[in-house]
Amino acid sequence: MSSETQKILTTDGIPLEESLKKAEKKNKIKAFLLVCPLLLFLIITYVFPIGDMLFRSVDDRMVTNMLPKTYKAMENWDGKELPEEEVFASFYQDYKLLIEQKTFGKLATQLNYEKNGFKSILKKLQRKMKKFEDGNYKEQIMDVHKRWANVEYWRAIKRRAPEISYAKYLKGMDLIADEDGKIIQVSEERRIHRILWLRTLEVAFFVTLFCFVMAYPIAHLLATLPMKYSNLLMICVLLPFWTSLLVRTASWMILLQQQGVVNDFFVWIGLVTDDNRPEMMYNKTGTYVAMTQILLPFMVLPLYSVMKTISPSLMRAGKSLGGTPFVAFWKVYFPLTIPGIGAGCLLVFILAIGYYITPALVGGASGTLISNQIAFHMKSTLDWSFASAMGLMLLVGVLAIYWVYNKLVGVDNIKLG
Amino acid sequence: MSKNKEFVKFEKVDKSYDGKILVVKDLNLDISEGEFITMLGPSGSGKTTCLMMLAGFETPTSGEIYLDKNPISNIPPHKRGIGMVFQNYALFPHMTVYENLAFPLRVRKMPKDEADKKIDKALSMVSLSGFENRMPGQLSGGQQQRVAVARALVFDPSVVLMDEPLGALDKNLRESMQYEIKHIHESIGVTVVYVTHDQGEALTMSNRIAVFNDGKVQQLSSPDQLYEKPVNSFVAEFIGENNTFAGEISEISNDKCKVKIAGGEIIANPVSVKNKGDKTTVSIRPERALINSNSKMDNNFKGKIEEIIYHGDHTRVRLNLLGNSEFILKVPNSSENMDIKLGNHINIGWNSYDARALDPK
Repeated sequence: MSSETQKILTTDGIPLEESLKKAEKKNKIKAFLLVCPLLLFLIITYVFPIGDMLFRSVDDRMVTNMLPKTYKAMENWDGKELPEEEVFASFYQDYKLLIEQKTFGKLATQLNYEKNGFKSILKKLQRKMKKFEDGNYKEQIMDVHKRWANVEYWRAIKRRAPEISYAKYLKGMDLIADEDGKIIQVSEERRIHRILWLRTLEVAFFVTLFCFVMAYPIAHLLATLPMKYSNLLMICVLLPFWTSLLVRTASWMILLQQQGVVNDFFVWIGLVTDDNRPEMMYNKTGTYVAMTQILLPFMVLPLYSVMKTISPSLMRAGKSLGGTPFVAFWKVYFPLTIPGIGAGCLLVFILAIGYYITPALVGGASGTLISNQIAFHMKSTLDWSFASAMGLMLLVGVLAIYWVYNKLVGVDNIKLG
Repeated sequence: MSKNKEFVKFEKVDKSYDGKILVVKDLNLDISEGEFITMLGPSGSGKTTCLMMLAGFETPTSGEIYLDKNPISNIPPHKRGIGMVFQNYALFPHMTVYENLAFPLRVRKMPKDEADKKIDKALSMVSLSGFENRMPGQLSGGQQQRVAVARALVFDPSVVLMDEPLGALDKNLRESMQYEIKHIHESIGVTVVYVTHDQGEALTMSNRIAVFNDGKVQQLSSPDQLYEKPVNSFVAEFIGENNTFAGEISEISNDKCKVKIAGGEIIANPVSVKNKGDKTTVSIRPERALINSNSKMDNNFKGKIEEIIYHGDHTRVRLNLLGNSEFILKVPNSSENMDIKLGNHINIGWNSYDARALDPK
């Protein structure tokens, strides 16, 4: 079959395939030029930053570059006993250079991540080093503080030798490599990230659920009401879209606070007593309420666009064939809305899983999510590599959800509008 | 076998959607068991509304509908047991042909083997055996239509409603489907209420036709009666082609009347005029007026040929006759009529019985 098709020639005697390619080449170039700006935009604003983030999250060259001689001298050290004089001398030279460049503070911070207590002994060393004499650096350094004579501190320096490290990823899951390189859980009082991951998933799941439960009837109404009413309702659905996210979140704060409108109303109708007002903000409740409201349009719109295409005669057919209204809905209408449900749920879930502003403002301590933790490390601790690692873990999580979703529902079945 | 003459009965049914305009006015209609009745009318005449009221998707504003002597206004659609074929088929797109047909049987909790037999039978009736596992989207328009018919019939309803079911099909397919539906009706004897705006379809298929206009049934009779003996000028105009003369009765006897029109006087059959001086519209079918008529006909006039349109088996000739320049003649394509040339004057004649003096427009 294929050999036959290859033989087909045009009237000019050129093979058909070749001639077709030639004829379409111009269009292909045109099409490529049209998508070119977008492609560039995506590469610059998406592929490049994510690549940089990936790199940053494993990049561990800072200490390696600050102590080049030390690591060279450490190559032969087995790490069992205290290192030889050569290592101490190299460390002295490296550190001296850092002091001259005034970048020794960074080293203290980095080594302190690795082992607590580094900061103070490095500072002390910096003060005492001015009076150091040439030779026998091992004795002199060990005299500065007794920790310098502790082999564990030297092991900690050696652990920072590799240029690439996945320690940040372990940290993101509350794991750590111990001194023997075994991966263990961090001590119980420091296990915060796993709680945050689970809470993020939980919040995203319930927000998606609440959005679905509320959006389904709204979308149905939108799709079936006469034009003049449905337009008005559509504006009501879209109005939040046109309002700043910050303003909406702030208005939820006014509504939900203990002296707020909702609580006042509850007291007024006698649901709760005045001195026993429930806390609806700075906890998970606040996060649920505000996020559900903010993400609702993302569920309504895909559902609406699918429902709009379902002919009302299908429900009628279901009823005329003897199905009760419920049966007609469940067997006929509902299955036809699944593409919209899929799109809406995926959209809301993915948005919710990385939501930041709302949980930051109304979430309080028990309502903050992993994205707030990422922001915290970006802005406060300046541990960018850790923030990058968690960001990538979030991205991988989203991709995994997308993959599972594709297996379950099929991405081809999604309809976004 | 005595058949119920009033199997479906509309009694004084009014319907209004907005409280201002009556879409259906004082409808009284009896449909007998096993009948194929067509509701025919222009769009907006209220025919589909009547069908929807019978199906239960609309409620009459006043009046009552009876199905086999039981009032059904308060019965929801799914309990009426009426099959329906929708305009765009309304097949469930996510179900196979088999599942579509099984739907009405499943909701009736019919055992599977019994249901399978019925589905087989219904599919063979519309000659679609072997299509059970296709999805509706994989079928052609005509096939979808047949599945829709099979689905409406598979649960043995006493009445089947069809809402312009052939509207989306092309001409050839539509004609063959007309015969197919007619044959199915004849073979299983179900009562069919059919809605269409296509008069050809109505004339071909129906036992009786109800012509709707302006919310009212204008005429309810068999197709031949409707065509031959329209009772008013709307029906005459709507069904088939029609030449009209507006005029005034100048003389009237039992079965003949003289009508004074703009270009002279013609003799007509008084259908809905009674007195001298009444205004009237005289309606003559194009095929009832003949060229070179013999003297037995009591109307004989001369007209000038204005336009000739060739139609293959016949020729349509537009004449200027008695001041009406839109007078159409249908001339069979035979070697006798060779003197039809543009501008010629020819003799035209018809029997007064075929010129029906109806209500004025």
